[in-house]
Amino acid sequence: MKRSLKNYFDKIKPQFRPGGKFQKFQSVFDGFDSFLFTPNTTSQRIGVHIHDNNDSKRTMIIVVLALIPALLFGMYNVGYQRYLSIGTPEPAFFDAFLYGLLAVLPKIVVAYVVGLGIEFISAQIRHHEIQEGFLVSGILIPMICPIETPVWMIAVATAFSVIFVKEVFGGTGMNIFNVALMTRAFLFFAYPSKMSGDSVFVASDSIFGLGSGQLVDSFTGATPLGQIATSGSLTPAVTGITGNELSLWDMFLGLIPGSIGETSTLFILLGGLILLFTGIASWRIMLSVFVGGFVMAFIANTFPSATYPGSAISPLEHICLGGFAFAAVFMATDPVTAAHTNIGKYIYGFLVGALAILIRIYNSGYPEGAMLAVLFGNAFAPLIDYCVIESNIRRRMRRAKR
Amino acid sequence: MLDLIRIKKGLDLNLIGEADGKVSQPTGISGEYAIIPDDFYGLIPKLLKKEGETVLSGEAVLYDKNHPEVVVTSPVSGTIKKIIRGERRKILAVVIEAGSEPQTAKTFKTDAGSAEQVKTTLLESGLWALMRQRPYGIIPDKDVTPRDIFVTTFDSAPLAPDHCLMMDGNEANFEKGLSILAKLTNGNVYIGVTPNHPYESKSATSVIFEGPHPAGNVGTQIAHIAPVNKGETVWALDAETVIRIGKLFTEGKVDYSCIVTIAGEKVKTPQNVKTTMGISLKTLLGNNIDGNNTRIIAGNVLTGVQEQLEGFLHFPYRQITAIPEISNDCEFMGWASLSPKKYSASRTFFSWLMPKSKKYSFDAKINGGERAIIMAGEYDKVFPMDIYAEYLIKAIIARDIDKMEQLGIYEVVPEDFALCEFIDTSKIELQRIVKEGLDYLRKETN
Repeated sequence: MKRSLKNYFDKIKPQFRPGGKFQKFQSVFDGFDSFLFTPNTTSQRIGVHIHDNNDSKRTMIIVVLALIPALLFGMYNVGYQRYLSIGTPEPAFFDAFLYGLLAVLPKIVVAYVVGLGIEFISAQIRHHEIQEGFLVSGILIPMICPIETPVWMIAVATAFSVIFVKEVFGGTGMNIFNVALMTRAFLFFAYPSKMSGDSVFVASDSIFGLGSGQLVDSFTGATPLGQIATSGSLTPAVTGITGNELSLWDMFLGLIPGSIGETSTLFILLGGLILLFTGIASWRIMLSVFVGGFVMAFIANTFPSATYPGSAISPLEHICLGGFAFAAVFMATDPVTAAHTNIGKYIYGFLVGALAILIRIYNSGYPEGAMLAVLFGNAFAPLIDYCVIESNIRRRMRRAKR
Repeated sequence: MLDLIRIKKGLDLNLIGEADGKVSQPTGISGEYAIIPDDFYGLIPKLLKKEGETVLSGEAVLYDKNHPEVVVTSPVSGTIKKIIRGERRKILAVVIEAGSEPQTAKTFKTDAGSAEQVKTTLLESGLWALMRQRPYGIIPDKDVTPRDIFVTTFDSAPLAPDHCLMMDGNEANFEKGLSILAKLTNGNVYIGVTPNHPYESKSATSVIFEGPHPAGNVGTQIAHIAPVNKGETVWALDAETVIRIGKLFTEGKVDYSCIVTIAGEKVKTPQNVKTTMGISLKTLLGNNIDGNNTRIIAGNVLTGVQEQLEGFLHFPYRQITAIPEISNDCEFMGWASLSPKKYSASRTFFSWLMPKSKKYSFDAKINGGERAIIMAGEYDKVFPMDIYAEYLIKAIIARDIDKMEQLGIYEVVPEDFALCEFIDTSKIELQRIVKEGLDYLRKETN
């Protein structure tokens, strides 16, 4: 069976080569071929003759796997929040999950179709193999959007991001900014009303009859961070969408309104463990983002001010709320856009973490700062690396003079 | 008390087909032997002998176009059988048919009074061509006095021969060789030794290197003892060459014998064989190899050269490895494999479930496709030098000479990047890039 499929692929391969009938689809064909069968490319005559089994396909798949816990929880939470808003505080697990699945799936499909479509085309234009980077971006994009983001916006933003943030720079591995975050930044600045506020983080319609009902009177769709930012008090009360008070555990578990995959610190950390154990994400970055965020929140918390109500929140709550944990685990650790040197990784991570909380607390325009902080960190990563490398160069030059 | 340096970054690879510690009895000299000019990096070969001429063991066969004093000598006495040429008449190999025994050998003066005398003898005997200098990893420039001389006494590469094999019984020659080398530098002679055999010498400074491969690479040892700066030259030798130098100045003859480890999954009986440099692989391997779907590597799996069975033993004349070319040509969705038999230095495959001593089967597949550098900082995990490998590679690709110099190109040779190339998720040919970079640099700056 495997063998005959392989033989069939080998048979039709010439048609996809230059001069063949389908030469315009060479990259796509090779993409599927190498997806199904490990390429039989062997080492050169000179050089290393054996290779580690880890390749970029495996790496990307592991990242996708690490995202799955947070994504599944996010789906459940979408349904849970919907049922909560229509007065069913304890919905059946399956109903809530199915509702969330149906609400989220179109976004994932659209992000993948648009992104991979552009990826296929640009691979063919460059006569490259198809690169796997978008496998991760495609799942990240829906996870960092509010549930009420229309799919056409996701399509437009994904197209913008893949073309202008990645492909014009040369494809996966060459980009300066995190592709998924740029998608969100594009949405954030192009369609601000759909990306923030009180009405976008909880699903508002029934799907195929699931989750139909009237909103309860006490409903408010504001996220905890939104509530804090607008509270104007030194003791901001943080409630769920039906007015129930939220404990630190609630924030950690994540049954609260927020972007689809970002609410559950618990499940994000689970994914983070996978990334750290497999060695794909840098522990240096992850750790220092958390440290940076904690330190900044601690400083703010030491000098609380009613003008900036975020400063009244404890550091632990800051870390559990909003997109901070998600940014720390999945966004800041993107190896391409983060700092590349080990020392640089500490500085970069700390900068991202501290800045995320700084924006969150002291910029009243944005209740959440994780996205902007990571993009800012991306912009600064080359500079940080430059300084680290320069010190290595200076060390070498000094050694030479002696 | 010797200095001890612990190498933390690196990787020991366990391959199937390790040879045991014994050495088989040497067979007589017969059959074909070859000198392969490409082994002598930096040498532009010119012939001194024509096809059909007779040659003595120790007699010069090739010389360097730019430095006529640098010669490569014949490992056996016999006749030049043929000169194999490639494109644009490039000399690929000079094949020598060994004459009948007993072999006579050319003799050299053993006078080692002055550095000049030593140099002359080393050059004439061809042993000079077995030494390497840094920068560039080429045959040393005879007009430059090296700052220091570094000798590694062990090989930490996968399936490499145990260093005791070459040292056993040769301690006196080794010592003699070190004392000869000490005359050629104003600095020190350093020897890198293992903790198991902390060899000490009167003429050299021993430094113990502990840790995974590339602890035995002379490049790693130089980087930890005294890195090469711009404008400096150091020599890098292995213990065998030092022993040969010692013998030359004791007996007046060059000893071309070498102990070769024949190892790897495709070898029927992995073993160590005492033989002669440049021997034909047919003679050396005989029936001891499964020739089907096999990649024969002259050298180790990280830095060796692929050879056919019709080929010959290559510099540094130490190892032959035979591995499968393609174990499974129809591997369905290999990237999704859960098998713990697929090795990865990261924990992305399940080989981490296996005990550390588990031996793995490797074929020659690159296990993926070439990509841009994605996993930033990956090389640093197995690159034990104070050099930012990724940035140096990028500077080399960009042909930016200033940056290359600043980032330490003078300290490295291709083999230093072998482990990086092995673990590289993006499957980039790092050793080729470094070699081309060094070629470019040498052309532009000389």
